[in-house]
Amino acid sequence: MKQKGIDMETSKNSKATPQRKAAAEGNFYPAAQNSDGPGMNPRIQRLRKLSVETEPSLSIERALHETAFYRENYGKYSIPVLRAMNFHDHCQKKTLYIGEGELIVGERGPQPKAVPTFPELTCHSVEDFQVLNTRDQQRYTISAADIETYAREVIPYWQGKTIRERIFGHVPQEWQAAYEAGLFTEFMEQRAPGHTALDGQIYRKGMLDFKAQIAAEIAALDYLHDPEATDKFEELKAMDISCDAVILFAERHAAMAETMAEELAQQETDPQRVAELRQIAAVCRRVPAHKPATLHEAIQMYWFVHLGTITELNGWDAMNPGHFDQHLAPFYAADLSAGSLSREQAKELLCCFWIKVNNHPAPPKVGVTARESGTYNDFTNINIGGITGEGKDGVSEVSYVMLEVVEELHILQPGSSVHISSKTPERFLGAACRVIRQGHGYPSIFNPDVYTLELMRQGKSIRDAREGGCSGCIEVGAFGKEAYVLTGYLNVPKVLEVTLNNGRDPLTGQLVGIETGDPSGFKSYAELYAAFLQQLNHIVETKVRVSNYIDRMFAKYAPAPFLSVVIEDCISKGRDYYDAGPRYNTNYIQCTGLGTTTDSLATLKKHVFEDQTFAMDQVLGAVTNNFAGEEFLRQTILNKTPFFGNDDDYADDIALQIYADLLAAIDGKPNTKGESFHLNMLSTTCHIYFGKMMGATPNGRFAGKSISDGTSPSHGADTHGPSAVIRSLTKLDHTLSGGTLLNQRFLPSLLKRDEDITRLGQLVRSYFTLGGHHIQFNVVDTATLKAAQEAPEDYKDLLVRMAGYSDYFNDMNADLQQEVIERTENEAF
Amino acid sequence: MPQPLIFDIKRYSINDGPGIRLTIFFKGCPLSCRWCHNPESLAPGAQKLYTARKCLGCGECVKVCPRQACQLSAEGIVTDVDLCQVCGACAEVCPSRASEISGRAYSIAELMAIIEKETPFFDQSGGGVTFSGGEPLLHTPFLLDLLMRCGARDIHRAVDTSGYGKTAELLAVAKQTDLFLFDLKLMDAARHQEFTGVDNRLILDNLRALAATGAQIEIRVPLIAGVNDDRPNLEQLAGFVAQLAGTRPRLNLLPFHNVAEHKYQKLDQSYVVAGMAAPTAESLQRAAEICSAHGLVVSVGG
Repeated sequence: MKQKGIDMETSKNSKATPQRKAAAEGNFYPAAQNSDGPGMNPRIQRLRKLSVETEPSLSIERALHETAFYRENYGKYSIPVLRAMNFHDHCQKKTLYIGEGELIVGERGPQPKAVPTFPELTCHSVEDFQVLNTRDQQRYTISAADIETYAREVIPYWQGKTIRERIFGHVPQEWQAAYEAGLFTEFMEQRAPGHTALDGQIYRKGMLDFKAQIAAEIAALDYLHDPEATDKFEELKAMDISCDAVILFAERHAAMAETMAEELAQQETDPQRVAELRQIAAVCRRVPAHKPATLHEAIQMYWFVHLGTITELNGWDAMNPGHFDQHLAPFYAADLSAGSLSREQAKELLCCFWIKVNNHPAPPKVGVTARESGTYNDFTNINIGGITGEGKDGVSEVSYVMLEVVEELHILQPGSSVHISSKTPERFLGAACRVIRQGHGYPSIFNPDVYTLELMRQGKSIRDAREGGCSGCIEVGAFGKEAYVLTGYLNVPKVLEVTLNNGRDPLTGQLVGIETGDPSGFKSYAELYAAFLQQLNHIVETKVRVSNYIDRMFAKYAPAPFLSVVIEDCISKGRDYYDAGPRYNTNYIQCTGLGTTTDSLATLKKHVFEDQTFAMDQVLGAVTNNFAGEEFLRQTILNKTPFFGNDDDYADDIALQIYADLLAAIDGKPNTKGESFHLNMLSTTCHIYFGKMMGATPNGRFAGKSISDGTSPSHGADTHGPSAVIRSLTKLDHTLSGGTLLNQRFLPSLLKRDEDITRLGQLVRSYFTLGGHHIQFNVVDTATLKAAQEAPEDYKDLLVRMAGYSDYFNDMNADLQQEVIERTENEAF
Repeated sequence: MPQPLIFDIKRYSINDGPGIRLTIFFKGCPLSCRWCHNPESLAPGAQKLYTARKCLGCGECVKVCPRQACQLSAEGIVTDVDLCQVCGACAEVCPSRASEISGRAYSIAELMAIIEKETPFFDQSGGGVTFSGGEPLLHTPFLLDLLMRCGARDIHRAVDTSGYGKTAELLAVAKQTDLFLFDLKLMDAARHQEFTGVDNRLILDNLRALAATGAQIEIRVPLIAGVNDDRPNLEQLAGFVAQLAGTRPRLNLLPFHNVAEHKYQKLDQSYVVAGMAAPTAESLQRAAEICSAHGLVVSVGG
């Protein structure tokens, strides 16, 4: 007999005391050395502390400006010009904020974590505000006086005019029924299409350059032969006004910094801050009007563009700088060789930037959308590493500096991802794995060699594909050149549930799909599957019809002229970002619950049709009764059925079939822009909401429990370790999707030694060699999580990686917390 | 060729040799170490395991048992070991895996298919297969066949052994093995006999003979406070290893943990841990220093 070493040591010893003390920096960190918490120096510590501890609040300033502007001007201008002038008006009037010690400046609201509303899309009601102000999770504070002002000044004007009301006024009854049953969600019912990331254009061109380009396009308009010339003119004019708006916004910051510098200079107390304020003013005078010349200017340039796009509209998934390390690398190298900047100063600027992103919680959501995406995270995702447009390794010293920033700050936003191609050096992968070990949930890991193929299959050029990456969760696109519009999640297990109830939702008895036959009458698995397929196609078509309608609503009534300036080809086409302006225009449906659907179908195939262990009615009866009194049946299913994620072809072949049929149902469906729909296998937190909208499922899952996330196996279904999961997952051809998601939970105990880190990197390399798109690791232990549930105030900084992003454990609701605890633990391998 | 039983196959094994490995555990061991973490590894034949916590009390096993060995009681299923012939009928019908059979025969072809599935992970990590147990040397013909087939496919092969086997067989295995994980526990013959049930002379002789062939060897020492963490034992052990012929082996200290009790319960056996304890961090540190002082490269925990 041999002792099996450390796996024994770590697996069964559940620790009574958690390894993380209150607000300590991380699983492997010593306790905080200073009262202000983590950060490379006192400035960063203070800024981080302020950002982490400030409670999100609502600001009604933007809504007040906008409502007054619309009252005054609606009907006088074309819609694009009206939108641009409205944006300009707000940039001119908005309250500015330059905080103590800040080096990168600019806030969307009047102060950090103050979130504006966008009544033109969704006008919050008084009741909405009261709920937002008092709910336990994702609370946004707002004063009674502000609610009163809003009720008086804002709500009456927008009643009946918002995009949301117009959408819901249009949708057919069958869509409404399916939506309310939780068969799918709709992203754009209260937020604008987003998931946008930038390429390197804004580091080569200032707003004045864009204006010159716009002027040239306007001068070249051919009203004699081009029937769209007038529309193009209005859009281009709107873009031009938007450029002015952002320049004005920066100039106002410059003026404010100069005033602050002069006042402080007179006090003669802090010459360093006086110099910093003058520097800030100089930077804001230069960017975004001109292209940046230094690292400081490059970061501030991006930040002004970021703020502009998220102020203009509230695009879902905020805004992303894309391959930020690649964009900043030339500035970093030039500044360092000129001796004008040290590595530490560069890192400090990046820390300031990171904290700025964290200052911007997601705009508050309501209704179904709040239930399916309950988080402050607005999904800015910094891509680190990867490959360049020429196909070379994109890792630079800036990449390593960024990893240090991620590790030291460990804040909710921005998210970060590392991109590991076959050309990525081992040193970088190792550095990333060491950050992952800290257990903050960042970074997630992507495979550019595979997603380049995904993008090229959709028709992107090889260069544009290589310059792409992920924004938000796991979805990929051609950065700076594509509007890839995620339209919402599809609840695939619910499609099966509805099939098993002949088109009805068992929770309500309502007809929510089409009648595909009484399952008791199905003679074979093939008959059952054919019915499921028929139901699936019906649901997808129901969703796509409305998505296309919504696309046109945004194109016509809520264009984004400023965003259009910075996305390539919008200017040359004279078309808006939402109206096929970008070089590429795609739509996505995000499919969730592959594991739950596969395991449920495997159960029925094996036990009902093949082995005849149980009759169909017996299984359906047990499912209807949530397995009450049916533990024998349920345990038989759980223990005697091949489930997805164990490298067992019986289950994996079913998953392959479902994947192929999801592709057939979705991929290639035309969108309104001359291109088509594609699919993602993605869930974010929607698998929890979807699970709540479902009864029990044939795979033994109880009613209301979450369904499986992305392409991960069902909870507890994968019992053969990570290599078997990877083998199962890579039977799917990931290049046919726009992204898949694999969550693997590791406890810190599996990652103690340097060799363990090396193995983790090798596991990633193996997955990617086999064709995997994305993998992420949740490194926490159960004792820590349970302790965090019991004493939330002691675990304010406990970040947990959920399906596609990280969130604070304390900001999650009890269901989400339970889900994290229950996730398959890989500790025993 | 007699077909041995396998009691476990672990994927993503990262503590049994270099890289990401697949570890195959043979059933049956000539030793019976008191601290053994895998009590089901000891007997060569199949055994019934029972977990009362999982039992639904459905009585299906009672119905199917051909020898009426299973009886339902207030504490769950009681199996009469004298009647039970480990036919597996109970495990077959058990819905909740409360009743399981430890030990399953695999054909060479089945095992090779499982091994080959892991090659992408071996390729990326420099890993391979580890044959462990139990004692793989109890099944030398079968083991040799597997080793040769893996060798033909350039798969790295490790054998984890107690060293208690026929010397000629060990040396034959050595020709087809890239790395040995060789266990050493106690240098004192009497204490070895007391705690493991066998004399250690054969083990030490085999280790000398193996080292003389130039085989790559890693010495694994399960460190149990109160049993073998004393200075004389460690000095003697490290001294012995340091004087072996061939490439000087690395030495790996595996701290004992009292976590196996539930496994003994499954076999309806008791686990006597009296006099055995997990080594303290200081004791582990001291053990590492003693061994290092003999010029050995020492690592802790696999």
